[in-house]
Amino acid sequence: MVMDRRSLLPNSSKKQTVTTYTMTTTEPIAMDDPTTADDAISRVPTVPVNPPIAQSENSASAEGLPSANVKLVTRNLRFFYGSVQALSDISMSIPVNRVTALIGPSGCGKSTFLRCLNRMNDMIEKTRVEGDVLLDGNDVYKPGTDVVELRKRVGMVFQKSNPFPKSIFENVAYGPRLTGINGRAELQEIVEKSLKRAALLDEVKDRLNDSALRLSGGQQQRLCIARALATSPEVLLMDEPASALDPASTTRIEDLIFELRERYTIVIVTHNMQQAARVSDQTGFFYEGQLIEVGPTRQLFTTPTEKQTEDYITGRFG
Amino acid sequence: MTGPGLLNRQRRRRIIASMFAFSCAAAATLCVVVLFLLVGKIFSEGAAWLNWDFLWNLPSRHPEKAGIKTALAGSLWLTGLTAVISLPVGIGAAVYLEEYAAVSRWKKLFQINIANLAGVPSIVYGILGLAVFVQLFTLGSSLISGALTLSLVILPIIILATQEALRGVPDSIRHASYALGATRWQTVRHQVLPAAMPGIMTGVILALSRAIGEAAPLVAVGAMAYVPFVPSGPTDQFSALPIQIFNWAARPKAEFHQIAGAAIIVLLFVLICMNVTAVAVRHFYGKRVRW
Repeated sequence: MVMDRRSLLPNSSKKQTVTTYTMTTTEPIAMDDPTTADDAISRVPTVPVNPPIAQSENSASAEGLPSANVKLVTRNLRFFYGSVQALSDISMSIPVNRVTALIGPSGCGKSTFLRCLNRMNDMIEKTRVEGDVLLDGNDVYKPGTDVVELRKRVGMVFQKSNPFPKSIFENVAYGPRLTGINGRAELQEIVEKSLKRAALLDEVKDRLNDSALRLSGGQQQRLCIARALATSPEVLLMDEPASALDPASTTRIEDLIFELRERYTIVIVTHNMQQAARVSDQTGFFYEGQLIEVGPTRQLFTTPTEKQTEDYITGRFG
Repeated sequence: MTGPGLLNRQRRRRIIASMFAFSCAAAATLCVVVLFLLVGKIFSEGAAWLNWDFLWNLPSRHPEKAGIKTALAGSLWLTGLTAVISLPVGIGAAVYLEEYAAVSRWKKLFQINIANLAGVPSIVYGILGLAVFVQLFTLGSSLISGALTLSLVILPIIILATQEALRGVPDSIRHASYALGATRWQTVRHQVLPAAMPGIMTGVILALSRAIGEAAPLVAVGAMAYVPFVPSGPTDQFSALPIQIFNWAARPKAEFHQIAGAAIIVLLFVLICMNVTAVAVRHFYGKRVRW
């Protein structure tokens, strides 16, 4: 099954894959890949959590993806920059080992929502969060939550690639080092595995000690993905990861996202609706701080239930 | 009304433009020329007195026997002690203000204060040092009093330079580090400080070269003009190059003016060395960190 899906990877003809991808979403994710189970890096969640709110009005996501357990749930999530409300009552379920795309016009709150999921918004002063974000059923905003631990479980890739001004090796090894892994052999193994997962190893394996800043833009972004994978996250948040890249690099990143969904739960913010259609299983449409509609990607793009969604995806505004 | 009038106006505009350019060039030249005249005069007077004995002799009433051994040693002691005191405090304060302190009225007040302190005349710090370190802490007119006072003089400079360097580190680096689960301390220690280090080092070296040339605050805390021994510890009495220079230059004998010139050459040499180091640090590390 894995092989089948890989063979559908879009290399040149992207358009036709929209339907092919979404068809796979109704199938359970293959766990029969022998390398997966005992893999040191992969952390397949062992305790599936059935969200109690799956049937609520806004969180229609699980409905279309019956086979998927839910990794992340937000309940009535509100976010304020000072007195300006950026998110109003977002309730959404994010299925495990699936790609969830967030689309919407600029300033609609999709990036803010994404950053709520690993509490990166904590660092912005004068902001306020209300509501719940549940990761495997545990509220990440509960007092006493270890934010550092949370961010290790919920990794993040930013819009603009931001490698550290260090070697390729040190970039990837940074996360594991933070947790106290210092053995050279162990680090080497993690670095190579992460680079391999990020489809970068072949290009850099002979120059791991070169500066990361000498890589091309697309390579830098894949390095940032490798760096995020090195801490063995369960969830990967991507904030417009391909928006600053050329089409060829974008394709590579999209292929990569498609491969990564076997091991990780992915949430991706994108401006590009074709990209959302190509890589995601579930899509949420944000507009003016509200989650207008969320559903299986094919359904949202072919038969949206909301007028605003239809207007947006047909290019009438935004 | 058209032809000649227009031409005249054009010519006038061109003359004014070239006059302005000329004035600016003259101002720039003046600075350099005056500097060269000063340095030239000092060299013509002092160069003849420069030799190994001058560096290794103790001060003396006889200009031909006088040397700057104790003053040079005092200056080196002072610089070292000042660095040890002001580096951790200055860099620590800057890291706190930039990386930890929340934007608040207090922080703003702090910030304005530091900027103002950088402009306070050094003699004021000298008087403060006399009152606090020499008398209140009863440290006496010792090296440690001098170094503490000089630290006060250069702390604002170090803090401002370090803050500037920290601000030069893009936030994307901090975010990347936090997103990988780093604590604030880990982020500062492993990403922000190393990236800002060239700028910090440059600021520190320039601040120390300011300290090595200061005379006024040292006079206030009671540096001696005549110290017939090399200080062996921070509590010893001391002299320093600028003090020695001032003392010799104030004497009526022409020979003393000339050995003052020789001492100035030594001081300038030390200063140039420090500045070259600062430029080299920036150049060397600047190549490696480019965002």
